[in-house]
Amino acid sequence: MGASDFASLPHIGEAYKRKEDYRFVTGSGQYTADVVLERQAHAVFVRSPHAHARINSVDVAAARAMPGVIGVFSGKDIEGKMGGLPCGWLINNPDGTPMKEPPHPILAISKARYVGDHVAMVVAETLEQARDAAEAVQVDYEVLPALVSVADAAKKQGTITLHDEAPDNQCYKWALGDKAAVDAAFAGAAHVTRLDLVNNRLVPNAIEPRVAVASYSRATEDYVLYVANQNPHVERLLMTAFVLGLPEHKVRVIAPDVGGGFGSKIFLYAEDVALTWASKQLNRNIKWVADRSEAFLSDAHGRDHVSHAEMAMDKDGKFLALRVHTDANLGAYLSTFSTAVPTILYATLLAGQYTTPQIYVEVDAWFTNTAPVDAYRGAGRPEATYLLERLVTRCAWDMKLGQDEIRKRNFITQFPYQTPVALQYDTGDFHAVMDKARALAEVDSFAARKAESEKNGKLRGIGYSSYIEACGLAPSNIAGALGARAGLFECGEIRVHPTGSVTVFTGSHSHGQGHETTFAQVVAARLGIPVENVDVVHGDTGRVPFGMGTYGSRSISVGGAAIMKALDKIETKAKKIAAHLMEASDADVDFANGEFSVKGTDKKIPFGQVALTAYVPHNYPLDKLEPGLNETAFYDPTNFTFPGGTYICEVEVDTATGEVKVDRFTAVDDFGTLINPMIVEGQVQGGIVQGIGQALLENCVYDNESGQLLTGSFMDYAMPRARDFPQFKLDTVCTPCTHNPLGTKGCGEAGAIGSPPAVINAVLDALAPLGVRDIDMPVTPNRVWDALHGAGKA
Amino acid sequence: MQVSLKVNGQATTVDAPPNTLLVQAIREHLRLTGTHVGCDTAQCGACTVHVNGRAVKSCNMLLAQAEGAEVTTIEGIAAQDGTLHPMQAAFKECHGLQCGFCTPGMVMSAIDLCKTHPGASEAEVRELLDGNLCRCTGYQNIVKAVMLGGKNMASA
Repeated sequence: MGASDFASLPHIGEAYKRKEDYRFVTGSGQYTADVVLERQAHAVFVRSPHAHARINSVDVAAARAMPGVIGVFSGKDIEGKMGGLPCGWLINNPDGTPMKEPPHPILAISKARYVGDHVAMVVAETLEQARDAAEAVQVDYEVLPALVSVADAAKKQGTITLHDEAPDNQCYKWALGDKAAVDAAFAGAAHVTRLDLVNNRLVPNAIEPRVAVASYSRATEDYVLYVANQNPHVERLLMTAFVLGLPEHKVRVIAPDVGGGFGSKIFLYAEDVALTWASKQLNRNIKWVADRSEAFLSDAHGRDHVSHAEMAMDKDGKFLALRVHTDANLGAYLSTFSTAVPTILYATLLAGQYTTPQIYVEVDAWFTNTAPVDAYRGAGRPEATYLLERLVTRCAWDMKLGQDEIRKRNFITQFPYQTPVALQYDTGDFHAVMDKARALAEVDSFAARKAESEKNGKLRGIGYSSYIEACGLAPSNIAGALGARAGLFECGEIRVHPTGSVTVFTGSHSHGQGHETTFAQVVAARLGIPVENVDVVHGDTGRVPFGMGTYGSRSISVGGAAIMKALDKIETKAKKIAAHLMEASDADVDFANGEFSVKGTDKKIPFGQVALTAYVPHNYPLDKLEPGLNETAFYDPTNFTFPGGTYICEVEVDTATGEVKVDRFTAVDDFGTLINPMIVEGQVQGGIVQGIGQALLENCVYDNESGQLLTGSFMDYAMPRARDFPQFKLDTVCTPCTHNPLGTKGCGEAGAIGSPPAVINAVLDALAPLGVRDIDMPVTPNRVWDALHGAGKA
Repeated sequence: MQVSLKVNGQATTVDAPPNTLLVQAIREHLRLTGTHVGCDTAQCGACTVHVNGRAVKSCNMLLAQAEGAEVTTIEGIAAQDGTLHPMQAAFKECHGLQCGFCTPGMVMSAIDLCKTHPGASEAEVRELLDGNLCRCTGYQNIVKAVMLGGKNMASA
């Protein structure tokens, strides 16, 4: 079935209320922390209080003697018994040599490399006993100088070494694009606009902290790991094949209801491995629940780039070439997909929505004494968008053009479009999106609002951001050529029951995205049955055949496409059964609205009758067809999908306090086909708030000397709250994706990608009359005050 | 230590160490796991329950302080037949939840908010939700849900 036929089916585009909500609003959700197993012991991790320290010894004798203690393990106890955490993406240096990949031990062996690094694990009968015993673990640390800020990494080469494998702390030096062509374009440019940017470090902070419960059965030699995770099959694959050397069929990973992920629950973490391993050693079920302090210290963080960008233009503001250098902080160790974030998921997006013919990007990636940095909502694409959209607005101001005008002069209008940074956009209509956004934002009356603000002693500014992202990760062959060490397909199984109801098994994972509803709508639409007759199962390697999970806004475009392929198989087989029942040839049978009919006749039978016949095959072509109606499909995309949009933000700045208020926020996105617009809108709203959070509130700060985390709780790290926002104005434009059967592009990350530069451009537009040309995120009242009083004026 | 209290209308006695938090008693002793823990500094509000009719962060109160109290958790607000409380129904109607982890605390705060501030404006609702964090929804639909739920509570 083609994407346009699909989009016209009933239930597609319907704001169906979520099937999962009853259990959540009644407190009946089952999150990992709610799992209680028989003979369940509790684990606590001893974490390094130092950012960089040699571990001379770990004395666990006193801890082992404490009441209720079942086991205490240090790095020496596990050394040689398991591998370290693997990195899933290989990046090569321009000379072809591979990135530096130092070991990432499950418990630190010779050195601790960030505050919160896992040094020992204590297992006891009760949580309190485990906590008490953890305090009795004596670690002899020899504190070393710490490298903290990525801005210092190049300067401090030769003075501090985190890993012997990377003596200068550089993981890789990577480049993309034609440097000579870019240099030539710059040499002939009428104008060059330059900008230095910091993309602030963020803590993901899903409200459910990380948590795991591991069990082992001596009777069957099976492990079960319950874990708050976005991709249980990937977790299992990484843990069994690369760390513990276990056969996959003996390990079941269950990620039940998961309380938000935002990327931070993609990765295989040391705690998950340690618990699983210890469950066999101690023959006990073991639970570990991170407290919020541990989440701040040890969840993989996001962003943390320092960049310099330059745009060469002709006299009319047409982009000729873009040159970028970025220093990226990877933290102390390589987390699962960390190496791909500042490269494949970043530099390839720097064409944005524009026809810039030449682009050259260099990325230096560094180890520092901070928590590992990995994918966080958007993962590389927010960093690219922030850089490009800040730069484009600066170009507009330098060329005395409107923010909209410079974008329109450079928009791509012909598709497919091959960018100079590897990607090929299949479709889009950037002018239509811009026009719709400007109308919805009431840009024409901005001047009147600005005058009104000024009457009240406040400054008002307007900021634009036109983003594009690559989603639907990813064609496995392309990803493989770019260094991925895994496939990026998805799997779906459709189990039609004898009475015609359906259970869907998907390798995608919902941790808030509402797949139980959206995927049910897809299946109900195709089979012509009520949405409530379809249930969706996810998050359990024991029930779902396989899966690569949910990240990169891939669930509907890849997971949904796998379901569509399985439905194709169901339809093909069901037509054969129907043909037999109606005594027609297979080719003459049509299927629509839940009914099979014979072309040119009034013969028809409902889907339910075919389902029953498949399982009660009394009158059935058993010589040609197996009984049953259960199909599985794997789908590997042929290209990325390319959601795009234009966001327009209006802020009001109180110059007396430095406070920035987001007064209006308009977002028009092109996600292709929408299955459930209510859910899509919710995804955009949440993403925008995370993006505005980055722009105005959130900042992960380490002390630059000691490497202590200064923003280690919700008291210190400013989370967005309800009072920080107005209601947003949202709308969509639809150019369907051309290469998947649904026409969908994905919507999970857009808001977080598109919004930060819109906010900062608006702030700078407001402050421009006072001579402020630059400001870094987060734009706190303090930073605005400093900018207004000289410190930030450029 | 034995503490007697009423939870969701049922009299119960919890035998737990003196340092037990109310949220631990609810989750671990009474196995009412709809009340969640999202932080350790009484900031996130996921553990919000009603104690004697007022919204309280149950991580910020000892079980011992609840002696003789009437405690209502998220499990105790729907009707016996499973019909949702107007505020629960409003959260579903307005898509005021995504992952669902903050939702029980949000709903319990929202009910109290609407009782103590009937007819609150959108700006007031945003201000009054200060004690509850949500990372998924951007609060947009939560605010809509609280307004709708408050209206339906008033007319129920």
